[in-house]
Amino acid sequence: MLDPVIKVENLTKRFKDVDAVRDVSFSVNQGVTTALLGGNGAGKTTTIGMLLGLIIPTSGTITILGEDMLRHRHRVLPRLNFSSPYVDFPSRLKVRENLMVFAQLYGVRDAGSRIRELAADLDLGDLLDKKTGSLSSGQKTRVSLAKALLNQPEVLLLDEPTASLDPDTADWIRTYLERYQRATGASILLASHNMAEVERLCRDVLMMKDGRIVDRGTPAELLSRYGRANLEDVFLDIARSRRAEAAQ
Amino acid sequence: MMDIVQNTGSLRRIGAILLRHYYLMRGSPTRIFDLMYWPLLQMIVWGFITVFFVRHSSWLVQASGVLIGAVLLWDVLVRSQFGMTLSLLEEMWSRNLANLFVSPLRPVEFAMALMVLAMLRSLLGVVPAALLAIPLFAYSIFDLGLPLVAFWAVLLMFGWGVGLVIAAALTRFGLAAESYAWASIFILAPISGVYYPVDVLPGWLRVIAWAMPSTYVFEGMRAVMIDHVFRWNLIGPALVLNAVYIALGIVLFLAAFRSALERGQLLHAGE
Repeated sequence: MLDPVIKVENLTKRFKDVDAVRDVSFSVNQGVTTALLGGNGAGKTTTIGMLLGLIIPTSGTITILGEDMLRHRHRVLPRLNFSSPYVDFPSRLKVRENLMVFAQLYGVRDAGSRIRELAADLDLGDLLDKKTGSLSSGQKTRVSLAKALLNQPEVLLLDEPTASLDPDTADWIRTYLERYQRATGASILLASHNMAEVERLCRDVLMMKDGRIVDRGTPAELLSRYGRANLEDVFLDIARSRRAEAAQ
Repeated sequence: MMDIVQNTGSLRRIGAILLRHYYLMRGSPTRIFDLMYWPLLQMIVWGFITVFFVRHSSWLVQASGVLIGAVLLWDVLVRSQFGMTLSLLEEMWSRNLANLFVSPLRPVEFAMALMVLAMLRSLLGVVPAALLAIPLFAYSIFDLGLPLVAFWAVLLMFGWGVGLVIAAALTRFGLAAESYAWASIFILAPISGVYYPVDVLPGWLRVIAWAMPSTYVFEGMRAVMIDHVFRWNLIGPALVLNAVYIALGIVLFLAAFRSALERGQLLHAGE
């Protein structure tokens, strides 16, 4: 059996008196999309921040692509990327300029061609020469995704990848992500509030609450366990602390 | 899958940060104007003060350009420090730090890019004012010759040192420390002997003054302009002090960066 691409063991993060993440362990296998689900303050963003190396854990280990992230994150960073609607780009730079800067940071060969290719894939062609600050939030989300794909990452961390997108564009992005994963074998960990998105894209689901993983499984397993017709109801059960047995 | 990416060296990543600021300047002429505005204004004000004092001060008659030279060199220090901290602030204002630091960019490379930007900003800011002083006040700072290079280098490096300390404060405390980025450097003006010999300071303040590399530059500039002597012995201690301040700045910046990682501040920097 292949080693997992992401392996997290006993991960804990304490900010002063607050336990943001408590003793979390999980793994993500190659070519699999895994969802991190939970309400506000559940610990999703802190977990993703620790995986990216933007937050130092209080304890625990993170191994990505066989490397210890706490010791050798710079060996891994060229091979992963992330996108979040809560992180911006310099607004006065044109979209093409922002993508070019990140292409240089990641050492992308023939950056101009790669940017044109992604612009065509993500329908950004008309936006390349616009100032990033002038874009709608949906357009910015697509630019952020283009940045996240510049280095064709083996591991992609996505925080609400379809936030602010209209249903048609969101569906189009999901289709693109599925296609990207099939073509590259990339592993994706996504945090989302969109249950339909999770059901469609994710093979594994990690349910977080109060900094802990309170349940996990495939979407089908969770639906069956909670006796619900959709993940949104499962999410509500967990958020409101209704146990599977009680729900049944 | 990884064929699309080549092994990137530090120079390429530093170049990427420079490219980002080149794009910013290219697309925002007001920023270039901002760079030049204060040095130009300061030079003009002190130029006219010089014109006035030359008629009333025997000391100034010895070297009529000493005040204009001082204000131009002072601006090298100010622009160097601003160059470092403004470049960091640009990333914080645009909430771009998380994107930068999940890329292969290392904190030390980012700091080195800030240093190069400080050098470019000091050149862009001060050279136009220095050139304009020639037709306006018949004073050319370039007449200082080789010593000018030494003075410029010392002040540029001191700007790096101060800039790194302020960058550490910004990284640690976020935009709450922004006002220090603009105000801190000016505390050095009265104790560096910019416009007057350091001898006029009280004894206890002189001790502090000689701990500032800038003091050696302004004393050295007056020696060149008034006594026509370049005192190399002032440059050595200034360079040693600079090495100490830069080393201290790097240590503080890296410690602040680690603290920001522990506190999870980079994900939300700028908010």
